[in-house]
This record gives sequence, C-alpha cells and structure tokens, in this order.
Amino acid sequence: MEQKISRPNLAVEIAGIRLRNPVMTASGTFGYGREFADYMDLESIGAMITKGLSLKPKAGNPTPRIVETPGGMLNAIGLQNVGIEAFISSKLPFLRTINTPVIVNLYGNTLEEYGELAARIDGIAEIAGIEVNISCPNVKQGGIVFGTDPVAAAQVVALVRKATSKPLIVKLSPNVTDICVMARACVDAGAEALSLINTLTGMAIDLSSRRPVLANVTGGLSGPAIKPVALRMVWQVAKAVKVPLIGIGGVMNAKDALEFMLAGATAIQVGTANFLTPSASQDIARGMERWLYDNGVKDVREIIGALRS
Amino acid sequence: MQFKSQVLSNIEVSPGYFRMRMTAPTSVLEATPGQFVMVRVSCAIDPLLRRPFGIYDMGRFFTPYTDCGHQTFLEILYKVVGQGTGMLADLHQGDHLDIIAPLGKGFDLGVEEEEKILIGGGVGLAPLYLLARELVKSQKVRLFAGGRTKEDLLCITEFERLGVETYVATDDGTLGDRGLVTQVMMKHLAAHSSPKRLYACGPLPMLRAVAGIAEEMQVPCQVSLEAFMACGMGACLGCVVKGVNHSAETPDYRCVCKDGPVFDSTDLSWSN
Repeated sequence: MEQKISRPNLAVEIAGIRLRNPVMTASGTFGYGREFADYMDLESIGAMITKGLSLKPKAGNPTPRIVETPGGMLNAIGLQNVGIEAFISSKLPFLRTINTPVIVNLYGNTLEEYGELAARIDGIAEIAGIEVNISCPNVKQGGIVFGTDPVAAAQVVALVRKATSKPLIVKLSPNVTDICVMARACVDAGAEALSLINTLTGMAIDLSSRRPVLANVTGGLSGPAIKPVALRMVWQVAKAVKVPLIGIGGVMNAKDALEFMLAGATAIQVGTANFLTPSASQDIARGMERWLYDNGVKDVREIIGALRS
Repeated sequence: MQFKSQVLSNIEVSPGYFRMRMTAPTSVLEATPGQFVMVRVSCAIDPLLRRPFGIYDMGRFFTPYTDCGHQTFLEILYKVVGQGTGMLADLHQGDHLDIIAPLGKGFDLGVEEEEKILIGGGVGLAPLYLLARELVKSQKVRLFAGGRTKEDLLCITEFERLGVETYVATDDGTLGDRGLVTQVMMKHLAAHSSPKRLYACGPLPMLRAVAGIAEEMQVPCQVSLEAFMACGMGACLGCVVKGVNHSAETPDYRCVCKDGPVFDSTDLSWSN
C-alpha cells in the first residue's frame, strides 16, 4: 500500500522576507553567491547575504589575514569588497537570475555613510533587505565602534530606517558586556530583526617568531569553537526583545541549526562551514527537513524558542 | 568538484616528505598542470580547514574492480609542517579523504618553439612534475631544483625519467652545486640565448629572485604561489597577494586560490 508522505513546512518569515527555509549564508563567507553555484543549488536555501559592502571599494587588511585555531579560525580580512556601485553593476545581475532573496550587508565608516548606502539600494527591487553591519571587529573606523555603544548603534539604525523602507536586520557583535542592551537599543531604533553573533575578537601568537600571526594582530574568531557562546547570546536576546532573531556561530550541520532555533532563533546563518563544504547550506536545509520528518514535527516554526527548561 | 577519495598509497619519499596517491573521479583528469586540490584531513572539527596541495601527478591504472577496468588517481607531494600534514602522513591505504578538485588557474604551456625552464625549491617541485610531463611531449625541458640539503630534493629521478635535463643545487653542497639554484639557472640563461619560458614554484625569496631575473632578461615567467587559505574558491579572501598595480590608494589584491595559484611574474608586486 502506498503511503502519502507529507513533508514538513520549513518556510519562515524574517522582517517581512519570506524564506523557503531558515538557512541563510553569512556575510563574508559566501562571496557574492556566484562562487558557490558550481557546488550547490542556490535556490535550495532561504536567503543569501552578500559580503559586507561599503560606499567605496575597500582594499582590506595586509596578510596574513587568516589563521586556523582549535575548532575555529581567526580572520582579519578588513572588509575587502568591490563597493556598492560595482556590486550593483557587476554582481547583482547574476543574483537577479536566482530565485532566492538577496540581503545586502552594509558597512559605513561614518554614520552618514550608512544612510547613503541604505538610500542607494532603496529603489532596487531585487534586494530583499538590508543587514546593517555594526559589528566588524577588524576595521579601525566605524564597525565595532557603532557595535559596542548602544547610543551610537541606535543612531545608525534610526538613520538607515529613515533612508529606506527595505526590511532592516542589524547584525550584533558579541564583544560587549551585555548584548541585551545592544539588542534593545537597535530594536527601539527600528530594527525589524537581529542577527547574532558576529565573530569574537581573538588573537594567535607564533611562539617561534614571538610575533602575532595575523598582520592585524587581532581577528574575529568563528567556527564550532564559538557555538556555545552564540547559543547563549541568542537565548538571552530572545527573552529581551520581540523581533525575530537569526542565529549565527559555528553552525556546521542541521543539528546545530535546530539548536539555535530551540534557543529562540527564527532562522540561522551558515558561515565558516561554507569554507569547508561549499554545499554546507544546502546540506543543512535538507538535514533540517529530515530531522523534522523523523521526529514528527510538521512545521519548523514549532521549534522556535521551544527549549524545555 | 567535491568528492570522497580513498588513499591508495602514502610513502615517505624523503625524511618529512610524503607522496600520496588517492582515488578520484575521471573528470579530474581535465585538470591542467598547476591546479590544486583542497584536502579535508579528518571529518572532526580539529583541524577545521582543508589544506591546499598542488597536483603532483594524475592518471589511470588498470583494476579489475571497476566496471570500466580502470581507476583514476591523483597524487600530491607534501611536507609535514604542522597538525594537518602530520595527520595526513599517518593515513594508510584504504583510509578516506574528502577532496575538492581541481581548483585555481594552472600554467600556460606557451609555444613549442621555446625552451622550457622549470625552477623548483623543495616541495615547490610538486606542481612542476605534472607540468614537465605535459611539456616534454613537444619540447626541450630543463629543471633547476634547489633545496637546503639533498633531502629537500624530491623525485628528481622521476623528472629525469621523463627526459628532463636536471640541474641541482643545495645550500650545503650535499647534492649538486653548493649555493642558490637561481644562480645556477642564471648562468644557463646567460650562456644560451634561444627563446625561453620560465616556470617557478618554491619559497618566496626564490620566486622573487626568479621574477627579477626574468624581468632583467626579458623572459616570460610564471610563478606558482602558496598561501594560507580557508576555502580555495575565492570566498574567504584570506589568501590574497598584492598585484602589480597595488598601492594604498588603488588596492590591487589577487586571490591565490582563484586568480592563481599560477601568475605571470609581471602581474604581481614583488616589493616586501
């Protein structure tokens, strides 16, 4: 006898953006999308987030820029990117052909630049939303300054909110004393969703040369090593604000992704795992569906914040 | 392409240097000399990242165990330098690996009328073997191999077996001339004025010297670089080098993984 299999629902909504499943690719780990087209189906994931874009092209930091650490890696790329204009003219045309929401990650050196960037993309229909980067630990100006001061963060968010009607996500830094203070400041200023966490500032030392390994001395730690910290922060922020959260930090497989959802995330981002396995985000989306099916869960939304205490 | 592979052999060819043969899908044979592979040494999270290796050799051998009667293989030649290569050295026949290959941009084979000069330092000889195998089909190939000591000179016999004329130099004089291989190469270039093309892979000071000689003598030269990288496909931007137009105002960074690992020496900035 043939049995009808009903597939679980994986669709979720973040800041008005409908995602076919909760898996997004983290900024700076997925290039501009095209790099991964040979390895996976770009229409199998919920959304793509671009490399952080600035008003002008940015060279990034000197090398060495990356170093492996136990269960993770440190990076100090320094937001090397083609700039917003080159993105629109040379990267967006390809992304247009892919039926998956594109969210642009925006980064400004000054308060005003955030506003200019948001205004520039406001009229572009193919851009589904904005993720405001106030948390890069590897650039001297802006970035982390806005990400560690709740007043400055609120100013950035309010300015971007005024400059565009696009769905507005803010990416938070974990390098603060109380992430809930930052979360509340951003939500009060108009953030419709929060993504967390960006990398944890760290460093590596080469004993034989007695020098720092990275040219930038410090870098951002990512990968499985930071997952426990990220889970804890998502869990805390979920209790502090009402907006949907996107969990980031060491998601390597479907199990990790579902743990973030239990802690209170509506969606997750895959970052470092993209470097190891270019099809990681697609594999994770499939794995989530399978887990839901195997465990008799009909809708992934039942998992969000469903942590038992 | 990402694929699962099985180790066929893993032999220590010189103290601290290993040559590993592994299974690969047939489409890997479309790789060009100079391209590389990213190897995941273990499925655990430490070490987390893949390791890049130039393709040393590839081909097919007879086996009764596949439908088509043959099996495609890849070979890498590597030096044990840390945790990842240390674990790789411990693998045995039948162990499994996860590989992405082929990656990057390989060597331009040039035209047949030119004499081809290969310059390799230590483990930098690895990608030059596959290149030599292609080049010897239609032209004269000379190899200049250098190392600190004779144990750093790998697989010279394999090159000779291809019909490559080899010249050797070591820092301590334990094999070939004592001194820098670039000086031996320069002597040869000065003595023969026929059209030539240079191919170099090895430590940065050696590549810098070769690029300088190539510029001085107006000889086309390609170099294959090594760099720390996380992804191997142009996404992490961790492996960049300075291009020839680089300045603080006009940044010109190139990805070793995607724009290289093989570059025309004139496309790069060789200042420190």
